[in-house]
Amino acid sequence: MAQHQVNYASSAGLPIALTSVDKLVNWGRSNSLWPLTYGLACCAIEMMASGASRYDFDRMGTIFRASPRQADVMILAGTLSKKHAEFARRLYDQMSEPKWVISMGSCANTGGMFNTYATVQGVDRIVPVDIYLPGCAPRPETLQYAMMMLQKKIRRESADMKKNVKQRIV
Amino acid sequence: MRKYVPKDDVQKKSYYTDRFWVAPRVPKEMVEEGSHFDSVVKTLSDVIELKEFAIELGQLRIVINSTDNFKALETLKNESGYTMLSEMSAVDYLAKDKEFEVFYQMLNLNEAKRVRIVCRIQPEEAVKSVVSLFKSANFAEREMFDMFGIKANNHPFLKRILMPDDWEGHPLLKTYPLQGDEFASWYEVDKIFGKEYRDVIGPENRDPSNVDRYDGQRFSRVGYEVPFGSEINKDKEEENPIAYSKTFMVDYTTGTKTLSKRK
Repeated sequence: MAQHQVNYASSAGLPIALTSVDKLVNWGRSNSLWPLTYGLACCAIEMMASGASRYDFDRMGTIFRASPRQADVMILAGTLSKKHAEFARRLYDQMSEPKWVISMGSCANTGGMFNTYATVQGVDRIVPVDIYLPGCAPRPETLQYAMMMLQKKIRRESADMKKNVKQRIV
Repeated sequence: MRKYVPKDDVQKKSYYTDRFWVAPRVPKEMVEEGSHFDSVVKTLSDVIELKEFAIELGQLRIVINSTDNFKALETLKNESGYTMLSEMSAVDYLAKDKEFEVFYQMLNLNEAKRVRIVCRIQPEEAVKSVVSLFKSANFAEREMFDMFGIKANNHPFLKRILMPDDWEGHPLLKTYPLQGDEFASWYEVDKIFGKEYRDVIGPENRDPSNVDRYDGQRFSRVGYEVPFGSEINKDKEEENPIAYSKTFMVDYTTGTKTLSKRK
């Protein structure tokens, strides 16, 4: 029978874990990323599938929230029209720090096939994007991978948000 | 078995275009005596002046004066049984005739017949609203106003339906550029950040295959890698030349073949 014993630290079994504040805070942040349910077009279907039981975002601590006040990540899933851009930015502003943005799909990245007067040509024109997720539409695995990449990115960051100056001003 | 056809000119054919090709016109048929459409024409001509009428693709198309549109639809609805306005909008013929064409597509549910009422208006003119006859005209007339700038008099709530209220221009006009005018291209930036942010954000990238070699943040360099977000500029690169694989970067502009030679 397997014996389970928690080895807190290798030194004499003392209940001590040594880490840095950055690592501890980022461990917490990266393992409970709560995205805003922000489906704009067909990418939202894939986003919903990612949240549902088959791909199961919950096991990663990723729980979709319906309020920007409770969300850390904004997944812009779909075509952002110019009429709606204002509201997307407002929702982004309503999210509390720290916050990240995933641009999901071709339309959100570059405007995609909607090379027209009414579509925002890339959501990075209005919000600072952390992860650009290619695909039309990206499969749930791809979104899952993007979340994992975002987790990696967060773990690399400093816990002090003042030090994490986004290079793009927007 | 298929019949053998010589395929020598198959490729050539797809490149061939006839300069004098004219789009085929929908054939017009006369309205038959005693038919359903004949009775419609007779009822209408008692009330208003019909400029032209014919059957096209099994539907009656009637051209009327733009001032008669309400009366025509009222008569069709109350006397001929055309109780449904399935569609209405306009067509931009400004380049050809300096006019708009406003059409009303009517449906008779009992007879399963369709009538199209067509009228021409000048760009400055307005049409009479038919919302009091057909509820479906409410949104349709708003869309017509949004897309063409054609106003409908007596409309209960004539404002833009698809584009934002502060939008400039009417997108379905043939003169409106597909990728938007200057106002459209800066709309979201002006609205969210203000005009002074235009320089920061920069113009829209309308080239889908655009790759910026000197953007270390959004593009990985072809052939060799640099740290994420590192600043690369052209001058710096010349000082410390970095070898990268030319095979990835094919410059199509410096080919030996020119267009005239290929011909």
